[in-house]
Amino acid sequence: MTELNLTTAPENKEAVVSLLFQLADDDFLYSFRGSEWLGLAPHIEEDVASSSISQDSMGHAAMFYQLLEELGLGSADSLAHLRPAKERKNCILVERPNGEGDYMNVPKFDWAYAVVRNYFYTAAKKVKIESLKNSSYDPLAKVALKINIELYYHLLHWKTWFIQLFNSTEEARERMQSAVDRVMKDFGDVFSLGADGEQIVRLGLIEEEKVLVQRWKAQMKPVFESIHLPIPEIPSRTEANGRNFEHTEDLESAIATLSEVYRLDPAATW
Amino acid sequence: MQMTIHSLEEKVLEVLKEVHDPEINTVSIIDLGMVEEINVQGRVVNIKILPTFLGCPALDLIKKNIETTVEAIKEVEEVKVEFIYHPSWTSDRISEAGRSGLKAFGIAPPPRLMDTDGSWHVDCPYCGSTYVTMENIFGPTACRSILYCKNCKNPFEAMKPISTLM
Repeated sequence: MTELNLTTAPENKEAVVSLLFQLADDDFLYSFRGSEWLGLAPHIEEDVASSSISQDSMGHAAMFYQLLEELGLGSADSLAHLRPAKERKNCILVERPNGEGDYMNVPKFDWAYAVVRNYFYTAAKKVKIESLKNSSYDPLAKVALKINIELYYHLLHWKTWFIQLFNSTEEARERMQSAVDRVMKDFGDVFSLGADGEQIVRLGLIEEEKVLVQRWKAQMKPVFESIHLPIPEIPSRTEANGRNFEHTEDLESAIATLSEVYRLDPAATW
Repeated sequence: MQMTIHSLEEKVLEVLKEVHDPEINTVSIIDLGMVEEINVQGRVVNIKILPTFLGCPALDLIKKNIETTVEAIKEVEEVKVEFIYHPSWTSDRISEAGRSGLKAFGIAPPPRLMDTDGSWHVDCPYCGSTYVTMENIFGPTACRSILYCKNCKNPFEAMKPISTLM
């Protein structure tokens, strides 16, 4: 399949666009939630590290939006900021708030939840990026190669936190366990390719959900063995499937907050 | 004609040695191995740049600095700067001049080899001691880590090793 065929036939282009929106919206919301932790992480070195990861991930989102811009979908900035929740394709997991309150007034964010969400999400992203390195859509394969290198450090970071907190005090273990339960409840659409899934796989843009899930489990296995826990099951259904534009109210408030400045003057030069 | 084209490419390469990393003014984008291609078509110069990290906020500034610098060459009519992602930038693209430029800034150059388990080691850029500890893999910019030298008691930074084998 040549790149030309992939984006000239409308039904093929639709599949490419759908996958790109899933990847872009995932990383965009993931880094927004990460950036809300700025100044609130458990210690200063962690603040430097996790904000650096958020910055990298925002760069990844920007790349995916850039690929959409090149396909004529509009400017990368407006795709990121101006699309309402009902047009977004991110998974539910990344739109969930960090905890009670918000960073403007008394945030009671949950670090255990942040560690588990970030680790599981990053491990899933690693599996997808590895598959995308062989994508039939060449511009995406090239970007995946670049993102993959940066992910190495992200994965190492969250994995280290995950194992250390699970091997820490009784209270830490309990809080981590409850975070794992909460994260897994939302994990059902992380690997979903949505309504366009069949076409996406048929075109060889990325491998099918089943294969990706198996790889994620294989990656998690040694880590879960080291903390003496079974790998949690990925639910087949979630409250909503973000890939099909189904979302929670948390996404709307997140978009309202993150695009507030941009919407004041969309023509401004930054 | 062939001669002129050739020399304009060389002139561009020469001025690009003066375009520095906006955050590390002792190394140029040539030293860092960010310039993948310089192509001259008549009086139009096309330059292909490899970004170090995708989220690096200095990229736009680097692009602008390249444009301004190359446009100042009188034979040049137009400059087109494009970021490309293939091949990926890797830390072994940094030249010897780049490595000493980093050191002069107090940043240890990236290690050339990583151990098989992915761990890596650098020496203190100030005193050369090997007795250092990693404080934070992540640092003030995407491409740097924070370390501490137990010998001369200085905190210092190191360029992260970046390889396609990761």
